[in-house]
Amino acid sequence: MTSDPNKRISLLPGLAAIVLATAYLIALLAAEKQNFIIGLLVAGIAAVLAAQWFGWLAPVTRSFNEREDALGVTAVIAAFAIAAYFHDNHFVLLLVITVVLYTVATLGLNIQFGYAGILNFAGASFFGIGAYTSAVLNAHTTVPHLLVLLIGGLLAALIGSLLLLPVLRTRGHYAALVTIAFAILLKTFLEVNDVLGGPQGLQVKGMKLFGWSFNDNFEIAGIDMSFYLSYFVLAMILLVASFVLVRRLERSWVGLNLDALRLDETAAQCFGLDLSRWKITSFTLGNFLIGIAGALFGMVGGFVAPNNYTFADSLILVSILLLGGIGNPWGLIVATIIVVVVPEKLQTIQEYRFFLYSALVIAVLLFRPEGLLPRPVRRYFPGWRP
Amino acid sequence: MSTLLQAKGLSRRFGGVLALDNLDLSINRNEIVGLIGPNGSGKTTFFNVVTGIYAPSAGQITFNGADLTGASPRAVYNAGISRTFQRSRLSLPLSIFDNIMIGNHKRLNQGLWFNLMRRKAFKAEFEENYRAATKLAEIFEPRLAKMMFQPVGALPMIDRRRIEICRALVSQPKLLLLDEPSAGMTHEETKALMDDIMQVRGLNRDLTIVIVEHEMGVIERITDRCVVLNFGRKIAEGPYREVAADREVQEAYLGVA
Repeated sequence: MTSDPNKRISLLPGLAAIVLATAYLIALLAAEKQNFIIGLLVAGIAAVLAAQWFGWLAPVTRSFNEREDALGVTAVIAAFAIAAYFHDNHFVLLLVITVVLYTVATLGLNIQFGYAGILNFAGASFFGIGAYTSAVLNAHTTVPHLLVLLIGGLLAALIGSLLLLPVLRTRGHYAALVTIAFAILLKTFLEVNDVLGGPQGLQVKGMKLFGWSFNDNFEIAGIDMSFYLSYFVLAMILLVASFVLVRRLERSWVGLNLDALRLDETAAQCFGLDLSRWKITSFTLGNFLIGIAGALFGMVGGFVAPNNYTFADSLILVSILLLGGIGNPWGLIVATIIVVVVPEKLQTIQEYRFFLYSALVIAVLLFRPEGLLPRPVRRYFPGWRP
Repeated sequence: MSTLLQAKGLSRRFGGVLALDNLDLSINRNEIVGLIGPNGSGKTTFFNVVTGIYAPSAGQITFNGADLTGASPRAVYNAGISRTFQRSRLSLPLSIFDNIMIGNHKRLNQGLWFNLMRRKAFKAEFEENYRAATKLAEIFEPRLAKMMFQPVGALPMIDRRRIEICRALVSQPKLLLLDEPSAGMTHEETKALMDDIMQVRGLNRDLTIVIVEHEMGVIERITDRCVVLNFGRKIAEGPYREVAADREVQEAYLGVA
């Protein structure tokens, strides 16, 4: 602990928020009865609105801004606590892993859209490229599976570079149209290509690491553990690494460059910015993260098919970005939880999930255009004072 | 006095309009030159052609002994020319510090590895630049230097102008192009801003300035020499008092008394 009294005070609201959110999530994930789940969701919304009303959210925001490192570690512990609570529950753990890996993917989208302003409507395609990489490499080669994840990311980045020329030559909405065309193209390609399983898709062999098979259940001290727990640990490592990477990127001259080119290309050019270099950097890095997440997700699910990676799935990723707060990684985590968990738990609205997403996005754009957790002004080093 | 910037036979055509028409213009080192003329006479176009936003249709630009004709905005900035914009072009959601740092691009380490992985070294560079930016902002307004991490969008126009000029000055350019710095400000604010600019120039004698301005009081007070444009052509040149007395200038721009 530091001796600076200001710092010690500012940590508490953030800690309290994480503890409350963790308890709430455990209750929500454990709940089975539909009426109880609906009640819980309504109570959650009411609690957040009340906290906002009483001004309790401002101190939380402040402590996240100033003490991010400590709170980040706490959030990781909280995630592990949730996983430990559901240690033998396949369904819930799969849901948690989905949240974690979708967050990694949206962190990638965030580099592209949140910072550089390149709207990528082919997020699910790059996710799918990663998953297909796992399927093919695990079936036909002996490439170590950690390396397969890396290759999945690299392949997504490489195939994404096919889009670079049109993306660099167009601005704004037109670049987005290029990515939509790509998403449709890729899905069609996968469907007609028999080598990649056609519309039926492919099986993906599970992850094996140093002789440890991720697809086997195991025991710790005589307690049964779901095999998903191994995947959860790996997914968390991936999330922490991507989170740190995206944070460092934002809090550097690179992040400044990306913001400058998003906000005013002409002014940025007049101060020496190489627009192409930074667009390529952000687009490639973003696709790389999405591809790695997809590669691991493929192994988790054990199955890939073109229908899992459609334009609609890309829209879900983009809606997470809009909902969470463009450019704010913490917001992405909150938004991914909402978008992934709520429809799974609320079976009554399962069939209306797209309706729910669209309604949510429209509501956010109308009433809170900067997202649930708007991005704060860049602080290069949290808590730094001149 | 040696020539810093020279334009020879510079033309720029937009469809049927000649915004710059065979313009010869030279700027000497350490001079403050006022570029005046009625709206649409080609002042901003001249800035845009010099800074590489538009390529010239004909003619040649040399700067500091090197040919800059048709150079990209990047190359122009790297050669030591920076500018402000007629319609303030700051990045409003970003902080004061961020906006000033955008102007320091060429002096910051832009390596991906350095920025992401060498955080200690990055922190040292960041702190050094924070001091430099604060010092510069202090000359213009000590209040701004105390709120470097506030978003620019919340500030009044005069502060935005100050930050825009800081952004243009932070990389220590040889030539500063000011495009109507007084636009949207009161007389008093304009006077204060000009005092600040003169103070900066006092600290850096190597700075050459070209200023486009409609307030003749400003032009008279700070410029060594004026160039008057009309329909993209130079119609007069010399100290303000001389050009102001010129019959053609009065008819085209100042109005006949």
